[in-house]
Amino acid sequence: MSDTGASVLRARGLRKEYGKGAGLVRAVDEVDLDVASGETVAVMGPSGCGKSTLLHLLGGLDRPTSGELWLAGQRLDRMGERALARLRRDAVGFVFQAFHLMDELTAVENVELPALLAGRPARTARRRASALLDRVGLADRARFLPSALSGGQRQRVAIARALVSDPQVVLADEPTGNLDSQATVEVLRLFEGLHEAGQTLVIVTHDSRIAATADRLISMRDGAFIDETRLTGGSTGNLGSLAGLNGLT
Amino acid sequence: MQQEVILAMLAKEPSHGYDLRARLRQALGPLGDAMNDGHVYVTLTRLEKAGLVSSEQAAGLPDRPDRKVYGLTAAGQERVTGWLAEVSWPKPDLAEFHLKLIAAAAAGLADPLTIVDAQRRELLRRLRGAQRAALAEPDGSAAGLLLEGIVLRLQADLRWLEACERNWTPRKDPS
Repeated sequence: MSDTGASVLRARGLRKEYGKGAGLVRAVDEVDLDVASGETVAVMGPSGCGKSTLLHLLGGLDRPTSGELWLAGQRLDRMGERALARLRRDAVGFVFQAFHLMDELTAVENVELPALLAGRPARTARRRASALLDRVGLADRARFLPSALSGGQRQRVAIARALVSDPQVVLADEPTGNLDSQATVEVLRLFEGLHEAGQTLVIVTHDSRIAATADRLISMRDGAFIDETRLTGGSTGNLGSLAGLNGLT
Repeated sequence: MQQEVILAMLAKEPSHGYDLRARLRQALGPLGDAMNDGHVYVTLTRLEKAGLVSSEQAAGLPDRPDRKVYGLTAAGQERVTGWLAEVSWPKPDLAEFHLKLIAAAAAGLADPLTIVDAQRRELLRRLRGAQRAALAEPDGSAAGLLLEGIVLRLQADLRWLEACERNWTPRKDPS
């Protein structure tokens, strides 16, 4: 559709309500959003601000109460269940805080599963899954069950799985929420790499480190966007003063 | 930065100014890029006037115009020992920011949350810069360790801003 321009994701007046009458909660309240191809956008806000609900709406995991939503040029909010399931499978990669891997499948089986469900030939799917595990630095863990992997390794498997369908957008919900600082750095490096490779990313998070990988940061409160800022332009000149190097410059 | 940093570098061995400059750059990595090269010489001159270092003329090389080799005097040695034992940790100016929020709210001049947001934007921009520089350093680099320190401090400041945000968010009446 031509009216979506270069946006991979586009939302207008997006709203999600729960309950009714006095108990009505607007989890997402009149959100407008455009995410350009290749852009990394982070959404930050306190718990309960609606950021996870928003991510579920954007990925077609949940239906908005009202508003318009386009993903990869297709209108999501009016789409039938089957078409929506197909779009979710082909155009979106999800990364969750709790990894959501299948415990009884090996790493490579987890990664290839979405490709198999999409009807790709088994050999093609396996080749692609192996290449992605290599990309996330886990080629030697392909045959391990998730229970034999560390938290950081599980999340890297989940990221590889999110990429297996070459999605238009990767949606990540607190991807470092369950990780220690070393594993967080590994995931940070991966997201930086995805960003450089031109992958479109939307991350909702509490973690300032992962948010700081974004081009654009949106603050959310009570279901609404209240602030938006570009993060590009950080320089080492500023950093010198942070380290107490003022006298040298 | 303290003069004592330059002074302490001379404790290893008497050195040329350009030697000190190179060692500083090595330790600071990308943070040293913005360093004013003249600073080392200015500092050495001051230290010499204060009797903490002394200099000797050395045989110069054609490509190295500065011919002075600086070394610590006994007083300089003593100052370095004292400096190493000193506990000094830069104090971030939290009180000023805290009082700014209180004053803004009390006078109704500005929404404290707007001030918190502006502060967060700036800190996140710096965090982005520091983090990218840190990720670009090879494992075990001295400059990488310094950058990691900056990243951790910024994270701590950002966490405190979250607490500020919670505190200044108007409580909703339970209905």
